[in-house]
Amino acid sequence: MERAVGNSDFRIHDFATWRTRARFLLHTGVAPAEAIWEDSESSEQDLFANLAVTQTEQPDAAADTQQWLISAEFLRLAETVSCHRDPMRWSLLYRVLWRLTRGGEKHLLKLSTDNDIRRLQGMAKQISRDLHKMHAFVRFQKTGDCAETGREQFVAWFEPDHFIVRFAAPFFRKRFTSMDWSILTPDECMHWRGSKLSFTDGVPREQAPSGGELDDLWRTYYRSIFNPSRLKLQAMQSEMPKKYWKNLPEAELIEELTAEANNRRDAMITRQAVEPKPRPKNAYLESLGEGAGAGVEDERSL
Amino acid sequence: MDQDQKLSILADAAKYDASCASSGAKRRDSRSGAGVGSAGGAGICHSYTPDGRCVSLLKVLLTNVCLYDCHYCINRRSSEVQRARFTPEEVVDLTLSFYKRNYIEGLFLSSGIVRSADYTMEMVIEVARQLRDVHDFRGYIHLKTIPEASQELIELAGKYADRISINIELPSQEGLDRFAPEKNLERTQDAMGGIRQRIVEGRSERKAGRAASTRTARGRQAPAVYANGQSTQMIVGADRSDDAAILQRADHLYRGYELRRVYYSAFSPIPSSSTILPSKAPPLVREHRLYQADWLLRFYGFDVGELTAADSLDGGHLDLDIDPKLAWALRHRQLFPIDLNRADRESLLRVPGLGVRSVQRILQLRRWQAVRYEDLRKLRVSLEKVLPFVIVADHHPARQGLDDENLRARFAPPPEQLEFDFGRHNAAAGAALHHAPQATELKQARVSAHSGEL
Ligand code: SF4
Repeated sequence: MERAVGNSDFRIHDFATWRTRARFLLHTGVAPAEAIWEDSESSEQDLFANLAVTQTEQPDAAADTQQWLISAEFLRLAETVSCHRDPMRWSLLYRVLWRLTRGGEKHLLKLSTDNDIRRLQGMAKQISRDLHKMHAFVRFQKTGDCAETGREQFVAWFEPDHFIVRFAAPFFRKRFTSMDWSILTPDECMHWRGSKLSFTDGVPREQAPSGGELDDLWRTYYRSIFNPSRLKLQAMQSEMPKKYWKNLPEAELIEELTAEANNRRDAMITRQAVEPKPRPKNAYLESLGEGAGAGVEDERSL
Repeated sequence: MDQDQKLSILADAAKYDASCASSGAKRRDSRSGAGVGSAGGAGICHSYTPDGRCVSLLKVLLTNVCLYDCHYCINRRSSEVQRARFTPEEVVDLTLSFYKRNYIEGLFLSSGIVRSADYTMEMVIEVARQLRDVHDFRGYIHLKTIPEASQELIELAGKYADRISINIELPSQEGLDRFAPEKNLERTQDAMGGIRQRIVEGRSERKAGRAASTRTARGRQAPAVYANGQSTQMIVGADRSDDAAILQRADHLYRGYELRRVYYSAFSPIPSSSTILPSKAPPLVREHRLYQADWLLRFYGFDVGELTAADSLDGGHLDLDIDPKLAWALRHRQLFPIDLNRADRESLLRVPGLGVRSVQRILQLRRWQAVRYEDLRKLRVSLEKVLPFVIVADHHPARQGLDDENLRARFAPPPEQLEFDFGRHNAAAGAALHHAPQATELKQARVSAHSGEL
């Protein structure tokens, strides 16, 4: 007999271990209600400590001969959802896997109103949003140039909602291939030095540098591109929720820009309008033809 | 003048251009170790300003000195703003520095017209040329071109830029005569035709290239011609054009010029405004309704005439209180209710409150089971909007509900809510405001601020 709980081998920490385990359980015919999945990150061990043991060691011979075809669509979905921070994801994934195979519900993934599928799709959506936000909101700071290679070196700090660092890696690797960079997060850090990605343990915020040398210029841009006549704070916050602000250099301007927006707009509206200037002498403008510029004169005579 | 001051003037001068899309570029990266950056796919919004707009590109003018006198524009020659000018090297440097810090997807460069259209175009192109040829930059470049520039220069711009655009500004020559006296509708459309030509040629060159040499294992290289799309912008509310005229112009451009996107920009108060401009800016909700209508034209199979029909409440204008699809449905109640378990895709797309994604899901679902009230709830569609117009297995709307005189009133918000947060969009969707929609994007139901589930 094996216990799924209490044996560290069965604490699931990534997609690969889940997959191996799930394949075994499926083949041995352990129903979802009987399988216990423990996430390596959560400390719910006590909760399960007294639960019954889950399955037999000897695979059921009859079941084992059956080859279960798992769609690529499900595997992709499962891999995505495996990054989620919800410790229940492993058992949910197994339940869906079971239903797709032994449960005979081959078309289950198409039923977007099924409760399990809704939950899975909801989680997948959260992952994809988290990923998207990581691609968007990581801010590199230059820390120097490598003495040997001459390559520019950058560091960033980011706090993803889910375990997506490795998922996010290809984007950064393909885009910033020619620089050396590290992205530090509380879960895991990744480093690129030109030929290979490497991963190290997560670090606390203090280990990341703060205050990049270009932040001021970036804030100047942010301030100038904002249009005070069109304040729409909610639209902004739904795309860039407050939780991200502390790691975005430009976010410190939000309060100030918002507070002064209406005054700036009103000042623009009440300011005296300017009369059109007559057309200057310019060969190019003249080449545009008779009509061009005439409108001004017409208006002024009105 | 230092870099910081120039940036503040020349970004301020560029902010009235609504376009910020960085999507739809030819896919490429620098994984081989050569070059800087990557592009392709949906594009990324790297930040949002408190006006709800996304910051995706470094959007600046090369100079805000301008010979023209477009009355809605802060940079017109009569305006009393402070003027500045970047050198091409300065813009190149800023773009690369911002890009390497992951602030931006690339550059959106435009310019006031100095000396002549060709002279200005040459300067703008020089920036793109340096980025591509000197620095092997593979990020996104959008160049604004001047319709009066020579065709060779427009072609050259297309060689370097992923997107080129010319602003049509106003839907009629009459409006241009009054508000942008140097501009000419015909010249603008001719230039758009030239760009279209370049894009089509580029596409077939790429196809031929792809056939000749298969992609190397070393990643996706930079293409020989970047241009892959054009877009334009129309100013709303400056001239007297009604929504029908604006949408007709947009439709004409979509059909004839391979436009990816028409942007609608409610003219907004500017410092140093012109005496010729109306003193009152149009309600922002008008712009929003135009975007919704635009979406219906492109992805829902509607015709302009259906959306701004003469029998609508507002003649040539869209109803400001309710979305254009709902307004259309209320004018065509005899076509409803629609049976969600039987109707074809086209009909489903016409149901108020059902977006492209929901329709997709319903079609999938009903292959396996009857669609019921509970399913609609779980699909998170607006039940209030959908229910009066549909039949599902366990719901049949009372006919008198559909015929109710007051049905419209149930949807129209009380007036004070109108200005409030109409730009709300699907917050859960990963994608960003103003993205030009790609087919795949729509499939994934990434919803832009200007679309929403209609
Ligand atoms: S051409 Fe017209 S719209 Fe463009 S910068 Fe000059 S004044 Fe402004």
